[in-house]
Amino acid sequence: MPYHEMMVRPMREEITRHGVQELRTVADVDAALGPGDGTVLVFVNSVCGCAAGGARPALALALSHSVKPQQLYTVFAGQDLDATARARSYFADFQPSSPSVALFRDGEVVHFVHRHMIEGRPPQAIAADLVAAFDKYCSPHRAAKGK
Amino acid sequence: MSGHVFHTGHEELHGVTVVVESPSGMTWVGRYHERTDRGVLLHDVATHDPATSDQSRAAWIQRQLKFGVRIDQKHLTVPNPDAARIVRLAAWEPVSG
Repeated sequence: MPYHEMMVRPMREEITRHGVQELRTVADVDAALGPGDGTVLVFVNSVCGCAAGGARPALALALSHSVKPQQLYTVFAGQDLDATARARSYFADFQPSSPSVALFRDGEVVHFVHRHMIEGRPPQAIAADLVAAFDKYCSPHRAAKGK
Repeated sequence: MSGHVFHTGHEELHGVTVVVESPSGMTWVGRYHERTDRGVLLHDVATHDPATSDQSRAAWIQRQLKFGVRIDQKHLTVPNPDAARIVRLAAWEPVSG
């Protein structure tokens, strides 16, 4: 059952203040994640204190890096149920977990951060892994070479 | 970094996805809740039974690592004698030798 909106609003804003667009409906998700080129990040937000409390600041840290995905989106698991289910349909090879992060390039998932890769780790370590993925998959030079 | 763990007063593994290995060969992956006299309580649990699976324990765990935990049961208590080894999924490596 979703939590009261007043409780989760700060958790939404902790992400959206960094330029990440929130997808609240199925239509939002399809418009954002439908066929297209380029690099796209989807952050599956969560109320869960231990993991999400590390993942949100980690994403914020990673997004301060010079190389990052062209499009940044988030859905909120347990809150925006239909939008989250629809977003997960775009990375259906991966079991649902939250928080989690999917990185797409040209419509294909090229990197996925599961909850088990977040739990118990400091935000700096999680961010370092995200930055490494950004450098690998989102660098314009590498993207142009198709690496 | 302090301040991001909300579940104070719990064991270190509380809320962490772990691998529980049994001497019988059974393996469970799930979110650790607590260990009591009854056993280890896990949430969102995937189970590997070598008697029915065509994958080795190592291959099965590698799949959980890559694609996430395929949940069979919401909750499970693994009896203490079966919980011979408990390690974080993210840090799991096969026992050598």
